[in-house]
This record gives sequence, structure tokens and C-alpha cells, in this order.
Amino acid sequence: MNKIWLIIQREFLTRVQKKSFLITTILVPLIFPAIIGVLVYIMKKEAESAKADTVQVVDESGKFVFENTKRYNFVPLSLSIDKAKDAYKQTKDFALLYIPPFDINKPEGMVIYTKENPSIEKVGGLESILQDRIRDLKLEAYKIDKETLKSLKVSINLKQINISDTGEEKSSNSGILYGLGFVLGILIYMFVLVYGIQIMQGVIDEKTSKIVEVIVSSVKPFQLMLGKIIGIASVGLVQFTIWIILITVLSSGVLGYFGLKMPQKQAMEEVVKQVGDEDVKQAMDQQNQQINEVLGNLSQIPFGKIAFVFVFYFMGGYLLYGALFAAVGSAVESMQESQQFQFPITLPLLIGYFGLFMFILRDPHGPVSFWLSIIPFTSPVAMVGRIAFDVPTWELILSMVLLIGGFLFTTWIAGRIYRVGILMTGTKVSWKVLAKWFFMKS
Amino acid sequence: MDALIAKNVTKVYSEHKALDNVSLTIPEKTIFGLLGPNGAGKTTLIRIINQIINSDSGEILIFGEKLKPNHIEIIGYLPEERGLYKKMKVGEQLLYLAQLKGLSRKDAMARIKIWLEKFEIKDWWHKKVEDLSKGMAQKVQFISTVLHEPKLIILDEPFSGFDPVNAQLITEKILELKENGSTIIFSTHRMETVESLCDHIALINKSKKILEGPKKQVKEQYRSNTFLIEHRGNHFTLPSEKYEVKSQTRIEEDLFSTTLKAADGIKGNQVIKDLIDITEVYSFQEKLPTMADIFIGLVKADGDDALRKHLQEV
Repeated sequence: MNKIWLIIQREFLTRVQKKSFLITTILVPLIFPAIIGVLVYIMKKEAESAKADTVQVVDESGKFVFENTKRYNFVPLSLSIDKAKDAYKQTKDFALLYIPPFDINKPEGMVIYTKENPSIEKVGGLESILQDRIRDLKLEAYKIDKETLKSLKVSINLKQINISDTGEEKSSNSGILYGLGFVLGILIYMFVLVYGIQIMQGVIDEKTSKIVEVIVSSVKPFQLMLGKIIGIASVGLVQFTIWIILITVLSSGVLGYFGLKMPQKQAMEEVVKQVGDEDVKQAMDQQNQQINEVLGNLSQIPFGKIAFVFVFYFMGGYLLYGALFAAVGSAVESMQESQQFQFPITLPLLIGYFGLFMFILRDPHGPVSFWLSIIPFTSPVAMVGRIAFDVPTWELILSMVLLIGGFLFTTWIAGRIYRVGILMTGTKVSWKVLAKWFFMKS
Repeated sequence: MDALIAKNVTKVYSEHKALDNVSLTIPEKTIFGLLGPNGAGKTTLIRIINQIINSDSGEILIFGEKLKPNHIEIIGYLPEERGLYKKMKVGEQLLYLAQLKGLSRKDAMARIKIWLEKFEIKDWWHKKVEDLSKGMAQKVQFISTVLHEPKLIILDEPFSGFDPVNAQLITEKILELKENGSTIIFSTHRMETVESLCDHIALINKSKKILEGPKKQVKEQYRSNTFLIEHRGNHFTLPSEKYEVKSQTRIEEDLFSTTLKAADGIKGNQVIKDLIDITEVYSFQEKLPTMADIFIGLVKADGDDALRKHLQEV
């Protein structure tokens, strides 16, 4: 036991003391806040610099009454289009809009003159203003007044409430759950793969540098393997913890620096400031209510339970695959040679990963999702992706027990291959050879 | 007491027998040469002693006790395929390996300092192994083998990678360790090392032990009563029922060198007596077989009688 501890210490310290560890540990969390910072910065700059574009209008139809908006400043001209064009050339205005007389059932012949190629967005904005006006004209033609029109607009937002067996009602929000499952599932997938490959690399290094025979004359191969797996796991956990702390602190720091509030709320407040209309206030109340609902839903998500389940599957999945990676590392003599075994052992992990998108996030309680989150090889990704959607307790316990059994099983298999593999050099390794090593008596 | 006794040790791999009923006795405080061609089973035996693998049958006694896990703390093993962690510093590495052998950190620290001083490499503590030359790394490796003052030291081709100066240094340290009471098992192909260092030898060939005993006794066992004489003048005849001239070469003018085989029971003195009367003897010595002769003979000849024949022919 004491010796495993020594091995864990060595595996941990040699990795943590590397410059590359320090760099990735600090740089990765810097990337997220940096991206957020840059995006926010650009958005703010753009908002500040965005003033309304001036659009000169020659309306020969006489059907339009343009109101200035945030984006466009309309200047009606009472010139002929040819003269207007000449005049437009002298100005720095964004565009000249020409509306010939037209039949509202067949609106054609409208032209926009600009000096540069305008963005689709800007042209689209003008088009929709024209369309709205023509639609209104048509409605008037059909004798439908504005009030009737307003009352036709309906907005529906389904409130989601889960009724559990005990009759307790909980409101939920599948959007948040989707996002949570998505992020957690991918994190596990990446962690298992990245650190699993580190285990394999470590074993190959020991084998090719030939230190392994010296070590196994002091400790059992199984102890060496276990020490390495646990040592690298602790490196991963430390790195992960540092990341989470740094990302949280830095991200909130960056957001705080730009003085941002919830974006929707900010937009609503601005609108109210500008108009102060009763309708808008009502809309805002509705919006506020929605925000409160989202916050309410967030507080209903059992974060404590999710965190526990995440850490459990994080470790379980890592141990299960880590042992297999160690076995592969012991059998081969280079990373290249390991390719042929790497794919088959990571295939179930990959299935879990695709299952996350194709089944679990879409239909968290369907039969495929159920089996993916029960079978130990796919459950680390699948169950973590599914856990936010309220998994029945018995399913969770069954899955956890199977995962523990699963990693004990893979560790046992890996140990048997490892003890022979690390001392074998110059053997052409195939699946048959691995099987032979497995059955070899010690 | 014997440092190690192997009784009928057998190890079978799926395709072949690596060790076939091998028994050995290694007396305490000796240097024991474990000889044999490549693939004979030496490494398998050494790995069994180090408990890296288990034997299928038979037993091993270390200082009278049945082999058990904590014996690794009194064994120091330098494998033929050896190496160190390239990215680790010399000091840390030695500390780690010593602690794996059961030394406390404090003791290990003190002993590493002593050994680094012995090899005059005190300032290597913070050097990374990847920055050392092969010979330098071998020194570190040797230190790691003996740091925990093992009572039984197993060295597999210890001199490979050393220049003659360092080989001499290592030889001195090995003799020093023997003086201090360690038993040393030497596995090597270099017969001159066996000739100069080993007290006892065993020869393993094709998974079987075919020879064992004190070096002197082994040589005695294979003496063929052959003598090498330098003499002046070659006009003599010896009674053919007592002597057989195996070869004769002219050294200069009428100085000759003759290899003479005497019949069983005829001692050296008798040979001299017989020769003095008929020729002028310059030098006289009994031709004992070298370890290389015995090794090659036994391995090639595959049998004791055939070996004797071989030895008479060289």
C-alpha cells in the first residue's frame, strides 16, 4: 500500500512540475474569459458606433409615411428621381430609395441606390419596412382595422411542470437541462480520452526506457499500474478544479468589468425609457415573469446531486477506460503501434458520445437512452448527460453499481495483460497474443 | 549458510520449457557466475528469484527462508534491459527507487550522498538523466541497485556500456561489496570476467543446469592431463604407451613448443623426469582448460564425454 502511494506521488509530482502542465492549466481558463471579453468588447463598440443610416426617399406612389427607426433615418424628397440621383451623389447618405407608383396587389419597380454594396441585413431591414407597410395597406383594403389586427396576435409560452409519482409538481425547463447534459457529457468524454491517453503514454515510456524491470523487481506490476492510473487521475482532478475556479472567477470578472446585466432585461429597460407605452410595460412584466421562471427552474435543479453524480462518473469512467489504456500501453512499444487497439477500446465511449446527441438529449427516458446510461462502457457519458432530466433513483443506483463492477472487471483484465506485456519486447502484438497473455498463469 | 538454494525449479511458457528442473546452491559471500548462452533460461531464473514471475514448480530458499514478498528488500537487481526515467533528476530518481525498496526517505538521502561521493559525481544530483551519457547513466543505475545494501545482488551483464576505466571502478565496488558480506550473482557472457571474479559457477543450457561448482573444482574436473612444454631440440621419442604428442611448433631455430598428453595417473613431476633425460626443458606448465573452453565445449558438445573430447582437442 505504501508503495502504491510512492508511485502515485511520483506520477503526480513529475507531471505537475512540468512546464506544459503549468501552461495548459493557466492558459485554458484564460481562453474562455478572453473570448467572452473580446466578443463583449466588439459588441459594445459596435452598439456605440452604430448610428442610424440616412435613407433619402423619392416616393412617387404617395402611399408611404416613413417613421424614423433606430436603424434608419428617412429623408423624404420631392424631386424627380433623376434629380434626386444627382443630388444623392453629392451627399454622404447611405442610400436613395425610389418608390414608383404601384398596384398594391403587384408591388414592383422599387429600387435602392447606394454607393457601396450594402449588407444583406440593411437591405433586408428596408424590405421588411416596405412589406409591413404594403401589408397594412392591403388589410385596410380588406377593411380590417388595426385594433382587430392587434387582437389577432397571440403569444404562447408553455410552462413545463413535471408531476412525480408522489404527486409533487416541479416546473422545469428543457432548454437548461439540454445545455447542462450537453456540457457535462462532453466534459466526461474529453477527460477520459485525454487522461486515458496520458496513462498509455506513461506506460509506453516506462517500457521503452526499460526502467520497468527495475521497478517490478520492487513492486508488483499491478501496483505499478494502479499507482499510475490513480496518480494521473489526481493530476486531472487538480487541473480540472483549477480550471473551474479560474474560469468562474475570470469570467465573472470580465463580465463585471463591462458592467453587463442580463441582456434581455437591459434591452427592455431601454425600450421602456424610450416610449413608456402601456403595452410595452405589460410585455416587460411578462418578460420579467419569464426570467423569474427560468431562475426558479434553475433553483429547482438539484445541483448538489448533479455534482456528485458528475464526479462519480468522471472517476468511474476514467478508471474503467484508464485500465484498458494501461493494458494497451503495456502491449505496444510506440504510440503508433497503439493505434490499432486504441480505436476498438474507445469505440464504446464514442457510442456513448453520439448517443448523447442522438438519443439522450432528445429523448432522455427512451429505451436507448436507458440502456446507454446503464451499460458501464457508455454510462459515464450517457448518465451524466441524462442526470439533469430526473433519472429514477433505481436506475441511477443500478448504473453506478454496474460501473463499479465494470471498472473492477476492466482493471482485472488489464492487470493480467499488463503483467506480461510490460516485460515483452519485440513481439508482434495482436488480439490473439493479448488473449494468450490474459490466460497465461502467473 | 547458503544465500540461495533453488530446488527443482521449472517454468513452462506455452511454447517451450524455459527452466527444466533446475537446482542450484549459491554459498554466502561468494561471487557466483550464472553462465549460459542466450535464451538458455538465465533471465527466467533471475526473474523468478526477483518475484517478477512465478515458477510453475520447485522452490527457492533465500538465506534458508522460502521466497516471500519482503525478500525483495534484501535483493538488489540490475537487469540486462535496464533504464531510468529520462525526465527525472538523478537525486530524485535514486530517492524514489530506494524508497520502493523499503528505505526511509532520510536513510535513502544519506546513502545516496555517500555513493555519489564514492563515484565522485556529487554535483549530479540535479542533472536530468536524459542529459547523462550512457556510461554516466550506468553509474547511476549501479548505485540504484546497491543503495539499500542488499545481501543478495544480482547483476545481469553489469559491464555493458562501461569503458575500461569505469569497468575497473565497478569491479572494485563489486569486490568491496563482497568484502562487506554481500553475495553476488553474476550473469554474463564475458568469460574473462568469470575467470577473474567468480568463485562459483553454474552453467545453464537449453533450460537445464549442466554444470555447477567452485570454479577451481570445475577446472580440475575438466583437466585432461595435458602439458605445455618449451624445449630445445626435438630429436627424442617418448614411450607411446605413456605419452601422446598432440602438437609441436617451432618457436625459433631449435626452440620448440610441444603439447603433450600424458596417460591417466602420470603426474607432472613424472613428466618432467621423463623429459629432462632426453631434451633441454625451458618451461613447463599444465594446461588447464579456460572457462571459455569449458563453456563453449559444453554448449556445443551437448554432453560430458563429448566435452572431454573437445577439451583434449583444443
